[in-house]
Amino acid sequence: MTTTSTFRARRRADAAAFASERSILSVHDRKQPGVRVGLTLLSILVVGTLVLISAGPLLWLFKSAVSSTQDILREPFGLWPSGIQWGNLYDAWTRIEFGKYLGNTVWIAVGSWFFGLLVATTGGYALSVLRPRYGKVVSALVLATLFIPGVISLVSLYLTVLDVPLVGVNLLNTFWAVWLPSAANAFNVLIMRRMFDALPHELFEAAKIDGAGPFRIFAFLVLPMSTPIIGVVSLLTIVQAWKEFLWPLLVLPDADKQPLSVALPRLQETAETSLMMAGMFISVIIPVALFLLFQKQFLRGAGQAGALKG
Amino acid sequence: MSDLTAHATSRGRSATTTPDGAASPRGMSGTRGLTRRRSRTPITWVRRGGLSTLVFMLPLLIAFGFFSWWPILRSVMMSLQRTNFVGAAEWIGWTNFINVFNDPLLATAVWNTTQYTLVSVLIGFPVPILLAIFIGELRRSRPVASVLVYLPVIIPPVVAVLLWKQFYAPDANGLFNQVLGWFGAGPLGWINDVDLVIPAIIVQATWAGFGGTTIIYLAALRSVQTELYEAAEMDGAKIWRRFWHITLPQMRGVMLIMLLLQLIGVFQIFAEPYIMTGGGPANRSVSVLMLIYRYAFIQGDYGKATALSLLLALALCLLSALYLWATRRWSQT
Repeated sequence: MTTTSTFRARRRADAAAFASERSILSVHDRKQPGVRVGLTLLSILVVGTLVLISAGPLLWLFKSAVSSTQDILREPFGLWPSGIQWGNLYDAWTRIEFGKYLGNTVWIAVGSWFFGLLVATTGGYALSVLRPRYGKVVSALVLATLFIPGVISLVSLYLTVLDVPLVGVNLLNTFWAVWLPSAANAFNVLIMRRMFDALPHELFEAAKIDGAGPFRIFAFLVLPMSTPIIGVVSLLTIVQAWKEFLWPLLVLPDADKQPLSVALPRLQETAETSLMMAGMFISVIIPVALFLLFQKQFLRGAGQAGALKG
Repeated sequence: MSDLTAHATSRGRSATTTPDGAASPRGMSGTRGLTRRRSRTPITWVRRGGLSTLVFMLPLLIAFGFFSWWPILRSVMMSLQRTNFVGAAEWIGWTNFINVFNDPLLATAVWNTTQYTLVSVLIGFPVPILLAIFIGELRRSRPVASVLVYLPVIIPPVVAVLLWKQFYAPDANGLFNQVLGWFGAGPLGWINDVDLVIPAIIVQATWAGFGGTTIIYLAALRSVQTELYEAAEMDGAKIWRRFWHITLPQMRGVMLIMLLLQLIGVFQIFAEPYIMTGGGPANRSVSVLMLIYRYAFIQGDYGKATALSLLLALALCLLSALYLWATRRWSQT
């Protein structure tokens, strides 16, 4: 008796949840036997296809990372016909120095994150809170770069990095060549400014009366109040830096400075296939682990990215 | 007086607050402002916080000045110049553009990029929409499906391209050729085949990108007004008609935006053909951006490369203008 009533209660709660978040199908539809069977089939079909298409290549990479070159090339579907080669991972790390390239990737991402955030927060603060006379001009110029595609300055940016005007330094083969251009991100500056605009400016006035200078207001009021957006911008810049290929390829010809994204295509010409697979496994494992740990944040961020773009 | 008010609002927001932060009656702030206007010296500028404002502005000015504004300006100049790094740059008018148009490879690259775009729209546009609608109907398996959908997006693009290059191995033992073998179909050349190389590259690019778009569509599906479904049900609309007359029209805006973003992305396709084929076979996969890369970093003709990048940028500008117009228009509805 009690079991049936709790069962019914749960059914009712489920139904309420469905009703509050309905889609094309209504609660009534979902009770129809035909629709039910159809939905079950759809569920199996969608999840099955996704396992095959999305997870399949990744699982194959994991398998190949510990297979011999022969097995990878001859029998791509075989499950270790000549035994599991755990040594691949060790060899890839030591012989092809994947550790070094991974380190470069991390270092590039960290630097891009730091400089990107530095420019976006200080610039956003100056434009939104301090508002100098020339602020409007700067805002307009930053906004303009948002509509000018990056391709336009690919070559001239490269030449600028070879010989930075006024300073006369050559940044080629230094991480600065990646960090600094990536910091000039109009999207980040404008989104930061918009977020700072929404903060209660009366608070800053009050802090000013109490004798706080612009630096203290920035460090102890503005920054702590905007941690959520700083988090989103951080995630976006780090992912962006991790993915970058063409620009580091141009400005980091020295193999010792290259990130994984540049080193991998170069290495595949010479390295053994099994070691390549092991190296690719090493470069995939960190992002995938982060994603599986923070899937909710990632997915919410991806959905928000659409809202931000829109 | 107009200068005064502009000054007050630009610094503080409220007209009764002086730049120093002390609340004061309007009249007093007026006299102070007047005396100040008479003596605009660097010292008063510093005392009013101009220097610290500039310190905050400096990272932005340096980053954008050196690495955004100046390169853009320089591009426009370089497209009209011949740079040989020995003497000063020489102004040569439209010669670079004429050289670009005289390159027989340009037509190939533009035609290839058009094909990339067509195939990508054909495959990459409908897949995320359908997938999002299907996943939106699922209940218990939705979290699993969302995670699976997004998984390829997490994989670094270069790794994904290299992995697929392995799958496309043209010999009979290649992964895809073995699958074909199960059905008795012959081994295909994939990325070595003149007719298959562009679709093969686009399938890989779609695999790498469909997850992000699907998640955006899933978020958009949530904002469909559910009352409309109920109203349609009252009128006896079946599942298919509800989808066709309610879901699709309400998704139009997002769909257009995603389409334009996809176009902007495919126009600049580079890493996929560069890593997979290097532009081959027989230049069949050379894209416009690859041509720019070749002009600049293989032939060393920076002027010609800049001229072509300006032309590509112009095409992208038109697309992003359309994008902007679309977002303005659809965000209101």
